[in-house]
Amino acid sequence: MGYTVLSRLRTLARYTIAYACITHCTFEYVGDFVLVSSNGNSAIYAINCVFLLRQCKGPSMEPTLFSDNVLLTERLSKYWRKYQSGDIIIAVSPINASQYICKRIVAVSGEKITTLKPHPLEAESAESTSKQPNEMTMVTDYVPHGCVWIEGDNKGNSSDSRYYGPIPLGLIRSRVVCRIWPLSELTGL
Amino acid sequence: MAFRRFGRSLLYSLPLGITFLDCVGYVARVDGTSMQPALNPVADERDYVFLLRWGIHNNPVERGDIISLISPKDPAQKIIKRVVGMQGDVVSTLGYKHEIVRVPDGHCWVEGDHTGHSLDSNTFGPVAMGLMSARAVAIVWPPERWSLLKNELPRRRRPIQVAKASYYN
Repeated sequence: MGYTVLSRLRTLARYTIAYACITHCTFEYVGDFVLVSSNGNSAIYAINCVFLLRQCKGPSMEPTLFSDNVLLTERLSKYWRKYQSGDIIIAVSPINASQYICKRIVAVSGEKITTLKPHPLEAESAESTSKQPNEMTMVTDYVPHGCVWIEGDNKGNSSDSRYYGPIPLGLIRSRVVCRIWPLSELTGL
Repeated sequence: MAFRRFGRSLLYSLPLGITFLDCVGYVARVDGTSMQPALNPVADERDYVFLLRWGIHNNPVERGDIISLISPKDPAQKIIKRVVGMQGDVVSTLGYKHEIVRVPDGHCWVEGDHTGHSLDSNTFGPVAMGLMSARAVAIVWPPERWSLLKNELPRRRRPIQVAKASYYN
């Protein structure tokens, strides 16, 4: 009797671990689901863990994506196809490593971009120490090697490369394929 | 029959192995001389270090830890450096375009121990914490160099001004 219970438990544990590992591998290497949320609420975060959703901040993509949209993303195509301008991507925020952002790639490395130079974030970090004021000028610049320039579609309400400069490719997690929720707005992006 | 059994056990153990490497840690070879003398003290002998991934995202690293991060220049390359400054610290740089830099939010300042022979923050500036992938805890090979890696920062490379602890909250 005790033996059957034990072996049942062992089978259960075996299957639980197997499915947890398969889920991890799928989400880590193939693709995952992302919920666009307006604020990083921890109560919502707990629910999302149950439904295996990753959260990203999203008011910055407003005309394209809205809050509470669920997106399907993939992580495979980077092996045979480079990121191109126009792709919508999920990346780790450069200013807060525990947060994900959803932006559109505007320029990849080698392409031209018109921007403020130096970038506000860099200027802040230099200015607070050296007292002389930094003048910012609009210049045409190239995106450096291994970096991409990302911007939100909602230009007025978006903290993106115009603030922190080009971001390294290593921060990009996945590329958005389509919106799967709400079902009435199921569209490829 | 044996073949099917092998296939089934592979189907079970492959995801398990990958998940273990992703969540707990793995062993990697250190190339290059940028971390001398802590790692690779003799030029043509390679050290193997154990990189701990467990808890890397929940409890942040400290100044002096050796971390492995994705190179900001090339996403396919991993580099191993020592953390010199965390976000909010003021560090004096060695040949960066600004002499003194306040490390921005979400970034850290990393340097190799072998000053002058290391491609580090003095070249590419502060790096985003999101690029950090693991913390090096021990040298596992060769056996005569078996030791835990200490958290140490040379006195002259300490940040000029350390951010207050409340800065993180």
